[in-house]
Amino acid sequence: MRIATAWQAMDQRPLRFLLTAWPWRSLAYLITGAALGVVVVGVFAVPSAGLVLGGVPLAVSTAVLLVAATIAVGPLLAVLERHRIRLVDEPLPAPSRPPGSRWRAPSTWREIGFALLSATGLAGLDACVLGCSFVLPVLLFGSPADDPAAWPLVIVGVLLLVAAPWTITAWAGARAALTRTVLGPRGTELGAGLADVATTRARLVGAFETERARIERDLHDGAQQRLVAVGVSLGLARLDVDDNSAPAARLDDAREQLGLALGELRDLIRGLDPRMLADHGLAAAVTEQARRCPVPVEADLRLPDRLPPEIASTAYFVLTEALTNIARHSGAGAASVSGRSHADQVILEIRDDGRGGADPAAGSGLDGLAERVALAGGRFRLSSPAGGPTLLRVELPCG
Amino acid sequence: MRVTVAEDAVLMREGLVALLERFGHTVVAAVGDAPALLGAVRHERPDLVLTDVRMPAGDDDSGLRAAVTLRTDDPTLPVLVLSQYVQPVAAEALLDTGGGTGIGYLLKDRVADVTGFAAAAAQVAGGGTVLDPEVVHQLVRRRRDPVSRLSPREREVLDLMAQGRSNGEIAELLVLSGAAVSKHVRSLFTKLDLPAEAGGHRRVLAVLAWLRSGGPG
Repeated sequence: MRIATAWQAMDQRPLRFLLTAWPWRSLAYLITGAALGVVVVGVFAVPSAGLVLGGVPLAVSTAVLLVAATIAVGPLLAVLERHRIRLVDEPLPAPSRPPGSRWRAPSTWREIGFALLSATGLAGLDACVLGCSFVLPVLLFGSPADDPAAWPLVIVGVLLLVAAPWTITAWAGARAALTRTVLGPRGTELGAGLADVATTRARLVGAFETERARIERDLHDGAQQRLVAVGVSLGLARLDVDDNSAPAARLDDAREQLGLALGELRDLIRGLDPRMLADHGLAAAVTEQARRCPVPVEADLRLPDRLPPEIASTAYFVLTEALTNIARHSGAGAASVSGRSHADQVILEIRDDGRGGADPAAGSGLDGLAERVALAGGRFRLSSPAGGPTLLRVELPCG
Repeated sequence: MRVTVAEDAVLMREGLVALLERFGHTVVAAVGDAPALLGAVRHERPDLVLTDVRMPAGDDDSGLRAAVTLRTDDPTLPVLVLSQYVQPVAAEALLDTGGGTGIGYLLKDRVADVTGFAAAAAQVAGGGTVLDPEVVHQLVRRRRDPVSRLSPREREVLDLMAQGRSNGEIAELLVLSGAAVSKHVRSLFTKLDLPAEAGGHRRVLAVLAWLRSGGPG
């Protein structure tokens, strides 16, 4: 996995991370944060003093000036924050504002509010964390000089100093995450291009579903009916033929082939068949699939009855495909399927105790699965060490 | 016997009519939708109703609903339903009518096995219960836990018994002696806590009732 943020670096390799640039970058992030706070508070403190010391007219005029300055400085500080965040996190794009709508855009007012918060409270916290990591240990080292009995405080100081890289990175990551949440673009601010992609994707999924339903219907009403009718004709012909004649053997062979073809067609339709889904909902359809699976499957689905149809069909596809994979490749003795719905996500987990080593690149059904999940805007994760067990986790958005 | 056939696909309907006539039955009406089926049954009073679950194709399960309506009106009317794919829910809705006698639920594909299908139709018309092996499999699988106490042999016997086979037929299919089958039947009835004295059709119903008591899922 590519490491893109200080938090990820700390999380992936907690010890090796000390040798990387991340702790230093986090330190730089906090120092610049605290410094920015000092500058801003300094700049604002001078006119504020005027507020307190001057008469009423001066106070009113400075108050007006202060508000104007805040409004002017806010977006500027936001630009700085977006630059600074690159020290510990991925680049943060600015929200796109239609030209001329600067003072109407909610993102502008978020910037102003965050600038105030960042330059005061957050800068103060930056200073506190820096102080706890470096200043406090130095003070503690000095304490035995005043009182020899206070030597245990030296140990506390050492511990604080040793923990400093993690403390600093933890807070830097948290601060960057907060910045990203407030200053990052949301919804329509992501820009017109992305909205287009999203609608195209929805259109694609919709078209895919329609097409699938059409194919399934055509197979049922066309090919399958015809094959069965042929089977009836063959069967009736067979009744009129002497058991020991040559045509009898040929007819039997044809009927056997036809039986196999019908079986294959049934499986094919079953793979495409969202009919059960439309009739009885996702939980029933999946339970049905779980029952068909040759490997014993424990299904535990707690999902709302009314999911958006494209999400339901993606979830169904994921689960059936996963079960097929388990039956074909895993050699598992047992599997389980769980489905949960959180605020705006459906989370599916499929586990099996098979041989593991599943690899989406190896051309099993997994790459198709990953594609389908991506198409629905979801997230697909797989853990399958050699020797098992395998866990497949899919998160689908349904907001 | 006199049969009413309801199937919306013309090709299939003609095949069914030809098949039934070949086995000496009379098709008194061959229709293509549920209202026509209800009308034909009221008018003709057939010995057997043969209907597709979905009519018209790709629509809802109006055929199944018509079958349930007919059975509710007249619980003794034998009805054989054909389905594209297995829906245990549908099979169970049918079994709940008229005590489950004179009911058949088969996959459409089975029609291609003409002799087997004709036998199934005759069995349903005679008040028997015929369930597609696929449905039985799913019912058995649903009861995985208690069924797992059975030996593989006993499970095979249970499977066939649920399809309405007699001990003689089971013996023939599994290449066992009659005595061996009786022994398996006795032991699995004991394991499943079923009344051992039930015979013939009552036995099928007992087994099905037990399988279904597993509840959905």
